[in-house]
Amino acid sequence: MKASAFNYARATSVGNAIELLVAHGEGAKVLSGGQSLMPAMNLRLVTPDLIVDIGELAELRGIAVSGGILTIGALTRHVDLLKSSEIAGHAPLLSDAIAHVAHPAIRNRGTIGGSLAQADPASELPACMVALDATIIICGPAGERRVAATDFFTGIYETVLSAQELLVAVELPVAQKKSARFFWEFARRRGDYAIVGLAAQAIVEKDTLIDLRPVLFAVGDRPVLANAGAKLLKRAITTALLAEVLSGLDKELDPPEDQQASSSMRRHLAKVLLARCVSTLLGRPDLNVGGSR
Amino acid sequence: MTSSRANPETLSALDRPNSYIGKVVPRPNLDRLMQGRGLYVSDLELPRMAHVVFVRSPHAHAKIVGIDAGAARSMPGVIAIVTGEEFASVITPWVGVLSHLKGLKSAPQHAIAIGRVCWQGEAVAAVVATGRAVAEDAAEMVSVEYEELEAVTDMRTALDPQVPVIHSSLGDNLAFERNLDAGPVDAAFAGSDEIVEADFVFGRHTGVTLEPRAVVADWNVAETRLTIYQGTQAPHMVQNIAALHLGLEESQVRVVCKDVGGSFGIKVHIYADEMATYALSKLLRRPIKFVADRVESFNTDIHARDHRCWGRIGVKRDGTIMAFEIDDLTGIGPYSMYPRTSAIEANQVVNLVGGPYKTKNYRARARVVFQNKNVMCQYRSVGHPIACSVTEGLVDLAASRIGMDPLEVRRRNLIADDAYPCASPSGLRFELLSHHAALNKLTAMMNYDALRAEQAALRKKNVHRGIGIASFIEVTNPSAAFYGVGGARISSQDGVTVRLDAQGAVICQTSITEQGQGSESLTAQIVGSVLGVSMARVRVILGDTDQTPYGGGTWASRGAGIGGEAALQAAKILRKNILDVAAAILQSAPTELDIANDAVVKASDGTARIELRELARIVYFRPDTLPPGIQPELMATRHFVPRNYPFAFTNGVQASWLEVDTDTGFVKLLRHWVVEDCGTLINPQLVDEQIRGGVVQGLGAALFEKCIYDERGQLTNANMADYLVPMSGEMPDIDVGHVVSPTAETELGAKGAGEAGTAGAAAAVANAVNDALKPFGAIITEIPLTPQVVLTALRRI
Amino acid sequence: MTAPLPISLHVNGERVDAQVLPRLNLADFLREQLKLTGTHVGCEHGVCGACTVRMNGEIVRSCLMLAVQTHGATVETIEGLSDSGEITDLQAAFRDRNALQCGFCTPGMLMAAQDLLKQESEPDRERIREHLAGNYCRCTGYQAIVDAVKTTARARRGRKP
Repeated sequence: MKASAFNYARATSVGNAIELLVAHGEGAKVLSGGQSLMPAMNLRLVTPDLIVDIGELAELRGIAVSGGILTIGALTRHVDLLKSSEIAGHAPLLSDAIAHVAHPAIRNRGTIGGSLAQADPASELPACMVALDATIIICGPAGERRVAATDFFTGIYETVLSAQELLVAVELPVAQKKSARFFWEFARRRGDYAIVGLAAQAIVEKDTLIDLRPVLFAVGDRPVLANAGAKLLKRAITTALLAEVLSGLDKELDPPEDQQASSSMRRHLAKVLLARCVSTLLGRPDLNVGGSR
Repeated sequence: MTSSRANPETLSALDRPNSYIGKVVPRPNLDRLMQGRGLYVSDLELPRMAHVVFVRSPHAHAKIVGIDAGAARSMPGVIAIVTGEEFASVITPWVGVLSHLKGLKSAPQHAIAIGRVCWQGEAVAAVVATGRAVAEDAAEMVSVEYEELEAVTDMRTALDPQVPVIHSSLGDNLAFERNLDAGPVDAAFAGSDEIVEADFVFGRHTGVTLEPRAVVADWNVAETRLTIYQGTQAPHMVQNIAALHLGLEESQVRVVCKDVGGSFGIKVHIYADEMATYALSKLLRRPIKFVADRVESFNTDIHARDHRCWGRIGVKRDGTIMAFEIDDLTGIGPYSMYPRTSAIEANQVVNLVGGPYKTKNYRARARVVFQNKNVMCQYRSVGHPIACSVTEGLVDLAASRIGMDPLEVRRRNLIADDAYPCASPSGLRFELLSHHAALNKLTAMMNYDALRAEQAALRKKNVHRGIGIASFIEVTNPSAAFYGVGGARISSQDGVTVRLDAQGAVICQTSITEQGQGSESLTAQIVGSVLGVSMARVRVILGDTDQTPYGGGTWASRGAGIGGEAALQAAKILRKNILDVAAAILQSAPTELDIANDAVVKASDGTARIELRELARIVYFRPDTLPPGIQPELMATRHFVPRNYPFAFTNGVQASWLEVDTDTGFVKLLRHWVVEDCGTLINPQLVDEQIRGGVVQGLGAALFEKCIYDERGQLTNANMADYLVPMSGEMPDIDVGHVVSPTAETELGAKGAGEAGTAGAAAAVANAVNDALKPFGAIITEIPLTPQVVLTALRRI
Repeated sequence: MTAPLPISLHVNGERVDAQVLPRLNLADFLREQLKLTGTHVGCEHGVCGACTVRMNGEIVRSCLMLAVQTHGATVETIEGLSDSGEITDLQAAFRDRNALQCGFCTPGMLMAAQDLLKQESEPDRERIREHLAGNYCRCTGYQAIVDAVKTTARARRGRKP
């Protein structure tokens, strides 16, 4: 299908972009990488009056490290994250995750800002932001505000962003010593949206988990920071304890049913993933139990 | 094998010097495609060409109460908005039945629905505008009032008395039923030591050709001629049908097929929206272009393979298969497709079940029912995947029940390689097959015993791999028995004209068509071989009813066997004619001459006597220098039609080696093997690639593909993110081997190969998954084998 | 309703000045306005890869880009890559191995393959399959394409196939 007709404006600055959004309200859509917006427009699922193209805003690009904080500009493309030595060094969870995002041609255009603003529950970056305890930087008519990633995602394709606001950057703490991470997703084919995925950031000391932030995605309307993981911290992990934790995870989740998987299938895969996560982080193959038996 | 000293007249065309037959040569004219300089219908532009977009029903079944196109008509760029009633004055409706499918019934179908829509996606109005985007804008402004009707969406209840009858004139929703009872089936089951039965369920598929269906229809009102540019596999069939329904003579219709972006049977049928496009051109007196977009393709390209087949097998403890029985149910759309009918697939299932095996005891019932879903019809390897999956699934179940290795059961029951000619209980006549030779070659290629050992070793580590085998037979080179006998004007013969041009190069015109399988190449290889001309000097013209002999086209794996034979015979005539003229010019005898490397040569030692270039110059420009009385003829035409066998059956066997992750249900395809016997191989690489492509379509069926309809008849996954086609990341490498049993029906000896890969791939995968899951006692008889299906069978969820 | 906007870009080394409606996507711009029909449209969802072109040296889905976004950019299509000779060896490998049948996916496939070969000199089969996993082919089943890319990689490294 061809997109319906719209007007187009190329923003000259963040301020200019916000002016345009304020002027057109719900009728305006921000064009960043376009890898989510364009398919929706080509299917006429989205029919904006005005496209505000922020693609030329150099101020929204760049990856910088300073004072223990890694700042990623909203227009940073997936391929930039994949190739960045700063990311590999300071937030390797993202390097792992990006490899699962779509395909090379999509990664050359898709941006972190676009992905987070899109808030597709089955996508990788929102979960990573929650796992990394990131802060989302937003600009709007009232100026800048900062929202914790854990509070940013509010539903399917829904975030705290208002129609007049722009996501401009994310900040996350650089990986500490003894940081470890785990990322995996189950998808039918390489590059497909996840059926269930897990992004986890952890601190491992000897054989114990000092900290663990396991964030499941494609299990609900937003990334789910699993509380069940708390029971695994700072103690020896037996298969019995893990089984208990997995059972707790089961109760915590209320996954949707769709063409790709039933609710019980998602629950099962979530448990498989958490077990694999713990097993991998601790180098304990005995813990790699396959969900319920 | 070839000798320049042997008498060239006694050498068959297949072993002449510098023969291309049997050789791997690159296809000519690939540069065009690789440089992006092909000409697909979607690329075509003609002066004053307008674009059509169809307003399509969102409901599976509804009365059309009214269509208000007033607002849409006045939009800039809109040329016309045409509804069903207006179309009826330009193009007549059709009925998709053939007389040899006894009892097949179907209601008349119009180019654009009149009064009622019968599937979600059926067109209710045509919007013609200066561009596709503008036409879509206008289509959104066409207001259609519907009164929803109850939709028939479950084939299992379509014949129940309380379910509405879609076409009251037909009396019920049964399109076709076939019953077959061969041999003392009940006695055979009674005499079996074990009987196993299962319900096999198959996903509804669609072809997903990368280039969607596209047509440019160009009615020239001054010439009263219609030119149709279409990626069809059967241009003469389209010519006949367009003429028939538009009230024209066939000579007023020209069908042109240039490059086609994939077909696999999808583009061999007659579609209502394409017929509407032809009619619009006539109505509006200008070229009209229709290119289906991807969502439209999913909703309106023919679907296939929507079957639920119960099957039963009786076996003795010594492994002897006593009998097969099936009861197959398939739910098509609201109309039987035109002109090939939507009963052929079920008919094939009945024909083919049990085909590779000795047992003569076979009973079958197949019923085809109408539904309010998209139309369904022939798609690559028609009915074969169903028949093979059921047969090979039952054979494996029987093997399991009696504790026999699946290979051994097959060895004891496949028709012996020396038993031919013979016939199947369903009446199929086999000329010469090679089931055992193929199976032996397969087991050697895959190192079956080593894989079994590996499987056993890995099982101890909780890694579950499986081997699945699938034997199959394949219909190729059909005679008129397929369609012609039923009254369809679908030709079962093909023709090739070859001529020497004024520079001594060769021009061939063939009635078979090209969609990427290599029709052009096989024609050039055969003609080049027979004539002794280098392939670089052979040009092939195809896909144009104005420029080629009359023929059937390429479908049912008939291009190489039938079109190839016509090319061979035509080239033989031309060769003779050239040698006659050469003999006259050289004052020699034709028996002392041969043609090699673009020149007439001395047969005895290959010395060049006169180049074809020079011979052509003399014939065309200096016939005054020829001996008196000679009338050279440097153009020859031959047609070929299979007469002895209704179909040239081929045989093959496939194996799948895969791993099932029993924690997640994911299946990883590790490797796949095929041994295929399609007779003479004209170009082994092209044959192998046809097989590989066909296998991957079958692998897609096994693991990924399914059109998901809800109970309201809505196709819920009509896009490429949700209908999963096989991509490179999940596909294995496929090893292909051959046995060669030529057909004696032609000098070429080639049978067809285009569909074999698809016939057995899903069966092999299903058997492999069940083999992998044997320790768990799980048996799955449905495809696609999604992770959810696997986990459910394992009772993990 | 909406007015055309002027854009200026380079396509296959040639300067192009055009007026385009905002909603015109890059694939349609190339095909319909510039008559470069080698870039194909297979889905318009960004899933099939048939529309792959190179923009500023990187492969992109042209169905997911607006023509207006290419203002000031350098776009290369299959015609350009062919004429420059950049992929002559890859095309020869495709021909010899019959890594195309209907040819509809081929321009996009060649784009994606060349993208991989520019980044990695020794991709194994798994890596090749991974990089091409976003390009749909219905005809070949992919194996011949993987073979052709592997052969080309080897040849470019100077080894005999």
